[in-house]
Amino acid sequence: MPKITYITHDNNKHTIDVDNGLTVMEGAVQNDIPGIDADCGGGMACATCHVYVKEDWLNKLPKKEDGEEDMLDMAFEPKSNSRLSCQLLVSDDLDGLIVNIPSKQG
Amino acid sequence: MNKTDAIIIGAGPTGLFTAHQLNLIGLNCEIIDNLNKIGGQCIELYPDKPIYDIPAVPECTGKELTNNLINQLKPFDIKFHLNQRVDEVKKDNDNWFVKTNNGKTFLTPNVIIAGGVGSFEPRRFSPKECEKYENKSLFYAIKDKKIFEGKIVTIFGGGDSALDWAIELSKNSRVTLIHRRDEFRGAKSTVNKMNELVKSGKISLLTKYQLTNVMGSDQIQNIEIKHDDGKTKNIKTDYILGFFGLIMQLGPIADWGLNIDKKTITVDTEKFETNQKGIYAVGDICSYPGKLKLILSGFHEGALAARACFKLARPNEKYRFEFTTTSSNLLKRLGKKE
Repeated sequence: MPKITYITHDNNKHTIDVDNGLTVMEGAVQNDIPGIDADCGGGMACATCHVYVKEDWLNKLPKKEDGEEDMLDMAFEPKSNSRLSCQLLVSDDLDGLIVNIPSKQG
Repeated sequence: MNKTDAIIIGAGPTGLFTAHQLNLIGLNCEIIDNLNKIGGQCIELYPDKPIYDIPAVPECTGKELTNNLINQLKPFDIKFHLNQRVDEVKKDNDNWFVKTNNGKTFLTPNVIIAGGVGSFEPRRFSPKECEKYENKSLFYAIKDKKIFEGKIVTIFGGGDSALDWAIELSKNSRVTLIHRRDEFRGAKSTVNKMNELVKSGKISLLTKYQLTNVMGSDQIQNIEIKHDDGKTKNIKTDYILGFFGLIMQLGPIADWGLNIDKKTITVDTEKFETNQKGIYAVGDICSYPGKLKLILSGFHEGALAARACFKLARPNEKYRFEFTTTSSNLLKRLGKKE
């Protein structure tokens, strides 16, 4: 099972086994990792599952769909390595992924 | 003070269908919502996105669903109170006293919370200092555009609101538009118009910048913005406007003595009642074992909560289950029979 590491704003590391087929957002929500709100439930409609992806992972992730960049306009302090975690589908390719959670979601 | 059989908080699909169910069984209700329009998340977050899992509706958009639900309410006289948030719900003998942030008050035996993930509020700027200038020299919505005449106005955002206001205010103010990237998500024609105004010098455009600080005394005087490359810039401005869309906040609901777990309200699955008698929660905001955040689940929850309301609103009558196909009572209420 792929391991995903979530680093919260206060620098707590949570490394979780997340099932293939779930999203990085669902992995966080199901394991009570604080800081990912996911208000809309994964519909790419709210930008409250915003994460910063470790730079060396950026190119290994599936490309953003059009709507994702638009939603990121509304995220709290977006950066060049910002992604919506509801759009990151977990697979073996993502084993070892590290994401940082922003200080707030809005 | 308005007296009613039930108050529904939230005019999303669940709130609307719950109102239908209440009126069908002969109870009246009033609906309160913080948005300025009916439809909740359907209208605010995905008006044009198709939904495929409404029973017997193969495909419809959030807007179509909302319009259909509004049409379904036509036989009934339902009062909507939009643009206001319920701030207070407290016990008043056998009733609940409900007060909105506009000062409107209600007395009712039943309060149904159909509030989704809470009320929609503007997304705010991140620097902490922004708070003290809010509604003085920093705004997330414009009520009176006259105050900007002849002033320096800095607008942040990349959607239609930011673009529309940049274009409009550029007629009488010195406008700078700032956005975090080069692409704008606003309508193409609006983006073109903005670009023309940039070319003719009516709007200054800065992209790949975000707000990092605001400086001033009573009013904002200067702001600091930071480019993607890390360099900062100081600009003089009288006003700043932020248009980053809306976000849902649980808000005052947290203070009403309800059992809340992870921003949802715990209910039973018979009446969808909370730990407070006469307060129910339906739709996305409620939780119980097996809860699915689907619109269809909200419809079911609302139908049952409406029946539970009957007992408290008509303590001396007995509720009788009837079908709309055959019951003359129901058909009369629906305006289908004299």
